[in-house]
Amino acid sequence: MISQLLIKLGSKVMALLYFCGGLSNLAFQGFYLGFTPPFKTGRIIEQAKKTGIDSFPIVSLIALFIGFIFALQTAYFMQRIGSELYIASLVALSVVRELGPVITALVVAGRVGAAITAELGSMQVTEQIDALETLGTNPVKYLVVPRFIALSFMLPLLTIYADAIGIFGSYLICVFKLGISSAMYMRVTFEALLFKDLFTGLFKTIFFGMIIAFVSCYEGFNVEGGAEGVGKATRHSVVTSFILIIAADCFFTALFYFIFP
Amino acid sequence: MLRPGLDKIITMIEIKNLHKSFADNKVLDGLSLKITEGTTCVIIGRSGCGKSVLLKHIEGILRPENGEVFIDGKEVGKLKGVDLNALRMRMGMVFQGGALFDSLNVAGNVGFGLIEHKHLPEKEVFERVKDSLALVGLRGIEEKMPSELSGGMKKRVALARAICIKPEIILYDEPTTGVDPITADSINELIRSLHDKLKVTSIVVTHDMRSAYKIGDKIAMLYDGKIIAEGSPEEIQNSKNPYVYQFINGLAKGPITEN
Ligand SMILES: Nc1ncnc2c1ncn2[C@@H]1O[C@H](COP(=O)(O)OP(=O)(O)OP(=O)(O)O)[C@@H](O)[C@H]1O
Ligand SMILES: [Mg+2]
Repeated sequence: MISQLLIKLGSKVMALLYFCGGLSNLAFQGFYLGFTPPFKTGRIIEQAKKTGIDSFPIVSLIALFIGFIFALQTAYFMQRIGSELYIASLVALSVVRELGPVITALVVAGRVGAAITAELGSMQVTEQIDALETLGTNPVKYLVVPRFIALSFMLPLLTIYADAIGIFGSYLICVFKLGISSAMYMRVTFEALLFKDLFTGLFKTIFFGMIIAFVSCYEGFNVEGGAEGVGKATRHSVVTSFILIIAADCFFTALFYFIFP
Repeated sequence: MLRPGLDKIITMIEIKNLHKSFADNKVLDGLSLKITEGTTCVIIGRSGCGKSVLLKHIEGILRPENGEVFIDGKEVGKLKGVDLNALRMRMGMVFQGGALFDSLNVAGNVGFGLIEHKHLPEKEVFERVKDSLALVGLRGIEEKMPSELSGGMKKRVALARAICIKPEIILYDEPTTGVDPITADSINELIRSLHDKLKVTSIVVTHDMRSAYKIGDKIAMLYDGKIIAEGSPEEIQNSKNPYVYQFINGLAKGPITEN
């Protein structure tokens, strides 16, 4: 009984180590090939459109709602202590430093990461990845590099946009519902925000973009067993991206807390 | 066997003592085979005996556990990066399932190797794509996506993709399975003419014995992870080997089905 449990635990640990090894190997190759010519900008732009531009609608919607919700939730307490004005600064800081980056990354992981895994996974099961190799093309260079570069560019852009929309959502609530004047809201918001808030918020999203790209490509490349395998890998890819994004966020938050006190 | 235009017998592909297993499924178990430049070797064997796995070792997609594959004197398993890609551009492979890139249209698929590696003007690429498609009997489908094609058309597009880079070696994995008999015969003719005119070295995996006799300079039978018999089509046809006899005559009873 105990030995069985240990064997099971052992195989889980092995699988985890194997995953980490494979993922870092892929990331390493991706970086290396990403910085060696030839550079195919056309494919990067195509991916930037697919992963980034097409994500704007959903990110807008979610950021707007987050803005509404956050304004209302903080209003509850701020009204009790009679400082409604500070809703603006609280929302600005939490959206720019935390909510904007993380929510955007999670939305993109769900929307784009899953699609990448499904696409690469079905290419794997139909031998298209092998076919790429037989045509003298490195699948990492051809498939992973454009996605990883596109995502690490597009995620910060999407985040800036999500930040703005989120703050706008809260602005709507504060100005039209809570009766704070528009000029006042803007002034408090911009007073609260420092450059380092914007920087720490955006810097980590570059890494979130890489996490999404490498995890989803890795899962796609390692699909086994037909359509069912593609489904399983897609699920895995999204869950793993979520966990790694949150873990990386925690790491960066702690790091910046000590670097920029 | 010497073809006109080739003045020396050169071994183009040499496989030595190749071993491969997946988990505990032993697929190739000490397989050895030599193929002379400019000849066509047909590989026959039962479903699941490892023919596709063998071709993937020759292309260097799978790495041998043991043993070596030499192409034109270079060991495939030891090559990496640029050298491996350079060697692969001298070879073409037709996958059993076609393996067309479904994000690209037919022209993008067929011209893939040229677009990625040979810096040719667009017009010339398009001409070569058209020529390759014409060779497999397809016209006017350049703009179609793979999902819009029938199974047999996909197979032929895959064939066109393999020949478009003008390789010296072509590996065909069941090129005539799933196409109508007339098309199948024209594919056989095509393989034959690539062999006669361009001195291409080919390996053809097939289950169709009629094609095998027609196109092969040599037929090799894969069984139990090894080549158990090889010889000219006549030698195979008259083989006394009970395994070969059962296979080529398609008998349900015999030594293959007994174990
Ligand atoms: N990637 C893989 N992972 C695990 N097992 C594999 C893999 N590829 C092939 N096999 C196994 O290797 C064996 C040989 O497969 P292969 O595809 O070479 O057969 P084949 O001779 O081409 O058969 P067919 O004529 O049906 O195409 C099969 O038992 C198959 O299950
Ligand atoms: Mg096969």
